[in-house]
Amino acid sequence: MSTLGFPLFPEQASTMAPRVDQLYFFLLVVSVFFATLILILIIAFAIKYRRRSDDEQPRPISGNLGLEILWTLVPLSLTLVMFVWGARLYFITFYPPSDALEINVVAKQWMWKVQHSEGRAEIDELHIPTGRPIKLIMTSQDVIHDFFVPAFRVKNDVLPGRYTTLWFEATKPGAYRLFCSQYCGTQHSGMIGYIIALEPAEFQAWLSGGATAVSMATAGENLFQKLGCVSCHAPNDTGRGPSLVGLLGKAVRLQSGASVTADEDYIRESILNPQAKIVAGYQPIMPTFKGLISEDGIMQIIAYLKSLKREEGAQVKK
Amino acid sequence: MNGPIEERRQHYLNVNYGLKSWLLTTDHKRIAWLYLIGVTFFFFVGGLFATLIRLELLTPQGDLVQAETYNKLFTMHGVTMIFFFLIPSIPAVLGNFLIPLMIGARDLAFPRLNLASWYIYILGGLFTLAAAAAGGVDTGWTFYTPYSSIYSNTHVALTVIGIFITGFSSILTGLNFIVTIHTMRAPGMTWFRLPLFVWAHYATSIIFILGTPVIAITLALVALERLFGLGIFNPELGGDPLLFQHLFWFYSHPAVYIMILPGMGVISELITCFSRKRVFGYDFIAFSSLAIAVLGFLVWGHHMFVSGQSVYASMIFSLLSMLVAIPSAVKVFNWTATLYKGSILFDAPMLYALGFIGLFTIGGLTGLFLATLGVDVHVHDTYFVIAHFHYIMVGSAVMAYLGGIHFWWPKMTGRKYPEPLARLAAVIIFLGFNLTISACRAATMSIRPSFRCST
Repeated sequence: MSTLGFPLFPEQASTMAPRVDQLYFFLLVVSVFFATLILILIIAFAIKYRRRSDDEQPRPISGNLGLEILWTLVPLSLTLVMFVWGARLYFITFYPPSDALEINVVAKQWMWKVQHSEGRAEIDELHIPTGRPIKLIMTSQDVIHDFFVPAFRVKNDVLPGRYTTLWFEATKPGAYRLFCSQYCGTQHSGMIGYIIALEPAEFQAWLSGGATAVSMATAGENLFQKLGCVSCHAPNDTGRGPSLVGLLGKAVRLQSGASVTADEDYIRESILNPQAKIVAGYQPIMPTFKGLISEDGIMQIIAYLKSLKREEGAQVKK
Repeated sequence: MNGPIEERRQHYLNVNYGLKSWLLTTDHKRIAWLYLIGVTFFFFVGGLFATLIRLELLTPQGDLVQAETYNKLFTMHGVTMIFFFLIPSIPAVLGNFLIPLMIGARDLAFPRLNLASWYIYILGGLFTLAAAAAGGVDTGWTFYTPYSSIYSNTHVALTVIGIFITGFSSILTGLNFIVTIHTMRAPGMTWFRLPLFVWAHYATSIIFILGTPVIAITLALVALERLFGLGIFNPELGGDPLLFQHLFWFYSHPAVYIMILPGMGVISELITCFSRKRVFGYDFIAFSSLAIAVLGFLVWGHHMFVSGQSVYASMIFSLLSMLVAIPSAVKVFNWTATLYKGSILFDAPMLYALGFIGLFTIGGLTGLFLATLGVDVHVHDTYFVIAHFHYIMVGSAVMAYLGGIHFWWPKMTGRKYPEPLARLAAVIIFLGFNLTISACRAATMSIRPSFRCST
């Protein structure tokens, strides 16, 4: 759809897009109905009851309880329908399917840095396969940004100091515009890019192409050695720090007696601010790695820790 | 004729003369004039920024101003229009002038405090103007951290200090109105005989008092983090950037109702006068004002559906936002019903009032799109939002303000405005507004993210 060569509606290129548009059109129909109703009533009353002579004295009407109840309950029930329908869609956008392909995104003034687990990195572009849910794990190096793909009908803020996620599934190959939609400084308007959706086979070819890249997990393992993490966090619980094998997704008991789930945010915090959550039975001796490791590096270490989980799983099977 | 006798009659305009008699006045009617001059000045300043934005957007290239200046323009436009025009406009001008007259009081409860409010308002305005003159501020009127508190290298501190100071003027005005309405009503002027204009200002005053301290403290914290490196919002220092958004919107959403409730009060008066009818459903309109003021405090999270806030928080905020739409809808239906079997005269104030109902309906209905979670994820941060709130802030609040100024102009000056010119102006403003903001709406679903200047 377009007017004057101007697209009136963005393309539908994700599984979410048609569902969001359905709800959008429902809202549009309700809104047009009420706007028209009010408009017609005002115009009709304005014509019918215009002042014909200066000494007109209309009979006072103080109100009508039935009408008040009617025009409270009808809008109320319609808005409740909107709420339930909208909340269901939102719930879906919030929880990525468990088999989603994870891709890491680091935003900074004013670019998008992407790294795939296989190691291939890109800037202001994101290659993805069609027909497969993609989960972005995003963080920012500086201010708040927002990852917005209109053709997919999804967006989420990208915050410094924590991870946010976004998931979508592209339905057809193509290049779709990516915007930063949270104002982030002078060149905010230039913080744009493309999502390039490829057929799965083409995507595999793309992924293995380019310069020979080290996978994120391997890069993470190298960092794990280089920064000396390994000297305390031995694979078995013999080190001064707890073993990190199979850690991700598990519940961790803390010194304080509380229990937290070891997600990406927990790992990140434990690297940058180790004193925040001390694991039960260990001494608070770990120094901070703030300034020694970049956001990209932290994501690589997390990828490495995730890979440890998988290997352990494989061992159990044996 | 009794002309010469009329001339000699004393009223608030000729009781004494000279600059001093105005600048040191404690007469609520004269203070209303001081405010009228102040808000008109800032309306033009904010309008100048808006004009420069529109001129730059004639072409996609940055040919009039570059990105840096453009970002400052939309920030200064928002800051000036919201804090120095819209918030004080109807309450401090028309409310100041009319509330004592409507309830039969000699003045507001604290006349000197009323004058002090004006000086505080002007002082805050001067700080913000100084920030603009020194080079401006580029954070957007929302001052999101950590951009505002750490990364922006423009005059954030000066601007937020200006807003901080002006906040006290709002608090004092609100306090003055509440005490006046409670204690100074003439005998027989019971609560349910109060003009709806007074009810609307009563509700607004509650928000002034409860909300404004929060924004003042929040912006003070931004200034502290910026100037002294206290870690409050900056994650680098252990702060939380989302905390800022919660605090900011806890005021700034109710502030929307500060801007629109007084306008609704004006419209209730205009519609009844120009259709020669009692208002339809007086109790429902009065209570819907209070419902808006109370519920308005519980919906701030709908500005944060894609900010990283918890999914359940978003759901509660969505539901409450749906509920706050109901009292607004009730008002629109009651105003429309008031026209029924009336005797309608289309003088300029009535044209503004009818324009208000139409534009407010559109603004309100588009609000439902934004309260609906699944759709908001898509249209959040885009021109859809810009169009929505301009329908409320300009299409409704400004139309009500202009309609009210015309309506009570004879009361304020003893003269009538020229009717044909005023009608023409009302029609031009209505059409011009729609042409400007409909362009935003056309851009809406094509998804131009907001705050965007393609340079």
